[in-house]
Amino acid sequence: MEISFDNNIPIYIQLLEYMKIYLISGTFKSGEKLPSVREFANTFKVNPNTMQKALVELEGMKLIYTERTNGKYVTKDEKLIEKLKDEYAMTLAKSYFQGMKRIGLGKADSIKYLEEIDE
Amino acid sequence: MSNIKLLEIKNLNKSFDNKEILKDINLSVSGGKIIGLLGKNGAGKTTLIKLINDLLTPTSGEILINGKKVGVESKKIVSYLPERTYLNKQMKVSEVMKYFKDFYSDFDYDKAEKLLKDLDLDINKPLSKMSKGMQEKVQLVLVMSRKAKLYILDEPLGGVDPATRDYILDTILSNFNENASVIISTHLISDIERILDEVVFIDKGKIVLQSEADKLRNKEKSSIDEIFRRTFKC
Repeated sequence: MEISFDNNIPIYIQLLEYMKIYLISGTFKSGEKLPSVREFANTFKVNPNTMQKALVELEGMKLIYTERTNGKYVTKDEKLIEKLKDEYAMTLAKSYFQGMKRIGLGKADSIKYLEEIDE
Repeated sequence: MSNIKLLEIKNLNKSFDNKEILKDINLSVSGGKIIGLLGKNGAGKTTLIKLINDLLTPTSGEILINGKKVGVESKKIVSYLPERTYLNKQMKVSEVMKYFKDFYSDFDYDKAEKLLKDLDLDINKPLSKMSKGMQEKVQLVLVMSRKAKLYILDEPLGGVDPATRDYILDTILSNFNENASVIISTHLISDIERILDEVVFIDKGKIVLQSEADKLRNKEKSSIDEIFRRTFKC
């Protein structure tokens, strides 16, 4: 889980992004217990306070929840994760489309290029 | 929980030969934080650190550690890495470790031994037979192996290569406990900024900026390193 950070962007926002991807991709599954703040901080090699801040944000978005004295868990609401995935995919798609637009290619062409990609 | 700050500096001034080195410094640090004390060479960082460690006497103002004036008591809970070594270089690392064990009741010998091993440092070697970088690593390990409340590291990254810098940052991160705080003075900001909670910019003996690191990045839309360069452009 080693990741690199861009010092130009608040670290907790970058941690939040990584965490979202972990939830979307199922690295941490719905209802699963999460590692402790300390463990996360050690793997990401960040300050525990910064990690805590990212987790608080995630909790504010209802994507994770705290069970008193027991630690943090991924939400049991699978629809919420689906919605997050949907939003994330849309952001990526829009960003791709914008890039294509900048070089003068429309939607039809953009899709054509996508189809040409070998998986 | 008490409201006593781990470190509280009030209206601190320091002059040498009528020259003001530090002017009206006010700073308070609570537990569990990593603070970057950032400034150019000659800004007053080391003078401030020496005052906190009771190695210099303030011209006016006061410094409280855990609510008490600095002195013998505060030294028991402050672990200090000086900019220049004060260790006898003829001593072997193992001898220095014994010295630390005798001197500081909070020194964790086993932890130091483990960290030195991780860094491939031979404890049977005298410091004089080690490179500058190796000596710096030994010192940092010794300082971080104390179970102190406040760690003060004056330029801990100066003489070491980037790979070792990362190891040192990890060592700092994984070894400070929840109630302790770390103050790191440096001008190598880009290497260190990701682990900082707060930054304090010091220039010409004054604190010119104090902020949470992420708040500052958010506000200025750039890295602490970039903000520092902009603020102190020559």
